[in-house]
Amino acid sequence: MPTKPDIPIALDVQDLQVYFKLRGSGLSRLLGKEGGTVKAVDHVSLRLRRGEVLGLVGESGSGKTTLGRAILGLVPATGGAIEHTSGGESVDISKLRGRALREHRTKVQMIFQDPHAALNPAMTIATQVGHPLVIHQKLRGAELRERVVAALESVGLAPAEQFMGKYPSDLSGGQKQRAVIARSIILNPDVLVADEPVSMLDMSVRAKILQLMLDLKHKLGLTYVYITHDLATAKFFCDRVAIMYLGKVVEIGPTDEIFANPRHPYTQALLKAIPDVDPAKQVPRDLPRGEIPDAARPPRGCSFHPRCPLARAECGWEPRDLKALVEEHWTRVPVDEYEHEHAVVGGLRELNTDAKTVLVQPTRGGTVAEIFAMFTKIRDENPDEPLWSGVTRIEQTPDGVAFDFAEPAEIALHPAGSSEVACVRVNAQ
Amino acid sequence: MKSLLAPFRQTTGMARWLLVTGVGIVFIFVLAALLAPVIAPYRFDQMEDADGQRFTKLSPPGPGHLLGVNDQFYDIFSRIVWGAQTALTVVLLAVLLSLVIGVVLGLVSGYVGRWIDRVLVFIMDAMYAFPSLLLAIVFSFLLKGVFDSIGGTLLFGMRPGVLSAALSLTVIYIPQYFRVVRNTTVSAREATYVEAARAIGASNVTIMSRYLFSNVIQSVPVIGTINAADAISTLAALGFLGLGIQPNEASEWGYDLSRALDDAASGIWWTGMFPGIAIVLLVTGLTLIGEGLNETINPTLRKRRFAPITLPPRAQEVVAK
Repeated sequence: MPTKPDIPIALDVQDLQVYFKLRGSGLSRLLGKEGGTVKAVDHVSLRLRRGEVLGLVGESGSGKTTLGRAILGLVPATGGAIEHTSGGESVDISKLRGRALREHRTKVQMIFQDPHAALNPAMTIATQVGHPLVIHQKLRGAELRERVVAALESVGLAPAEQFMGKYPSDLSGGQKQRAVIARSIILNPDVLVADEPVSMLDMSVRAKILQLMLDLKHKLGLTYVYITHDLATAKFFCDRVAIMYLGKVVEIGPTDEIFANPRHPYTQALLKAIPDVDPAKQVPRDLPRGEIPDAARPPRGCSFHPRCPLARAECGWEPRDLKALVEEHWTRVPVDEYEHEHAVVGGLRELNTDAKTVLVQPTRGGTVAEIFAMFTKIRDENPDEPLWSGVTRIEQTPDGVAFDFAEPAEIALHPAGSSEVACVRVNAQ
Repeated sequence: MKSLLAPFRQTTGMARWLLVTGVGIVFIFVLAALLAPVIAPYRFDQMEDADGQRFTKLSPPGPGHLLGVNDQFYDIFSRIVWGAQTALTVVLLAVLLSLVIGVVLGLVSGYVGRWIDRVLVFIMDAMYAFPSLLLAIVFSFLLKGVFDSIGGTLLFGMRPGVLSAALSLTVIYIPQYFRVVRNTTVSAREATYVEAARAIGASNVTIMSRYLFSNVIQSVPVIGTINAADAISTLAALGFLGLGIQPNEASEWGYDLSRALDDAASGIWWTGMFPGIAIVLLVTGLTLIGEGLNETINPTLRKRRFAPITLPPRAQEVVAK
């Protein structure tokens, strides 16, 4: 459903960046070399209206959990702003430090993925559910007990007396997650970040927990950020969905629109990957090839292009893709052919770069002509491979074979229908 | 009280036997220490009876002097009873102090990390590199000098020698607690429940005291009792070398043992044997408690017993018969 403009904005994430520095090896640290940077969240902007449920969907490593933790200030933002509006007051969470940040936690809370780990094993349920009140409002005695009982009963742990004296190890997974939810709502927050709240639970419990979260939303007027890799629960639970890939939002829009009319190739692939319960429908799914790339060295242009079935010339092709293609070719050819070709070009180390131009040099035993012949052969095997559309020049020079790659188009979110998509195919329309 | 007895109720077989024996032995010594003024017939530095008559030097065990008299005219039984008091006071003080300091430093070092962690780990590792007895000798020398210059009785009426012995033992045991607590803290720090605590707005002090503390001290009681056993022998070693508590300050088994060295050659066995037995018994008792606790608390060693259940015969069979 489209968001109504008259409902106030609760959370406004503007151009948020969360980068992590890599430390590199001991030797490179001694030599003072900088390790790489992982852009876990890379220029993400999101807007949540009060009472809305936004789903953050993506594979492992897409940065969705880091984004959720950044909203709570659990990881420092490298750049951008997280504006949280509550009761007419706006605060930029990413600028808060120390005591002010801790006090802000009364308004933004988190539900964790693993309920077995999120509770302190050495504290009773009553103590830990009530601890936020002890920390922030210095409550104790009968008043504290009353609030704890109310919170436990509102999450369905009733009668509360039966659970208060117990330790987490005495509870089942679903009960623990209810206790975690009770702890997160006891301060009456207005934004809840739920990091895969049901992925560690049994199937039978998942729906109940999600229903509980929806009930609490209506009762307490909560706004949810729902982080998940499970599109099926996102479809059930969210008003809007943002699809993340390698730290960037690639598509964002109303849930119905995303599911009925996915525009980004990655979204389309994710939707195809939902298992079908009908065994007769065993159609081969064209899932994205390969693995999610190394976040420390993301691909040039669109991060998804190496895996994209619909990639074009301007998607940001680069030497590393060429290397992957040659290696993939080697897995298919006979051993003696591989050995011959490998002897000619060597390990293709020069292709480990995202430069625009690259020169493949022959080894001591090979010649430039042989390399050229090898690449020609690989191209003729599959001329439709989108990579070749991104290669603007292949030329034999005295030193080796030179490749030029096409300039990548700028990738940014553009409106398409009622959603926004970051893909060159949509930009062109 | 119930939680205090919990380790005992959880034990089975060997572990329970170790624990019970250990507690029994240590209990006897604790009784002796607490009731020393009642049990001991003489003061620890008394050389003559009430009439001003000097005890017979080196008289063998017998009536009047249950365990005999040593070469300094001291009644050996009294020396042993008062010695229990000295030993337990010193060890209790040393273990408690090193436990508190070691645990707190370990928690802070493991949780805060960065340079504090590096500096503390470096210092503790450096202390670990020395033989503990050597370190104890150095520290007791240093501290004794300081306390002697203050003079008189210090903390809780303790004499300078007693306090310096306790503190030097404290110093050598801190690294053990520090290491264990610091390492468990480093791994517990990354646990989700710690992040959850941060997410509810807990300050670092709260996280350390309420969330980490109770999860990292499980193995501390075991180290405590085993250290106590080690502390008894180190204290005796200090006394044996003449560096510990002086004979006029308090009764100390190690010192008595060193005095008895010459007697052994001339067939006088009672001056050396009884303090020796006292040391061995107390060390054994404390070690047994430590091992028993370890068997109980350490989950990798713990075995659960399954009791066989015999079901009553089914009704049909009974009828058939």
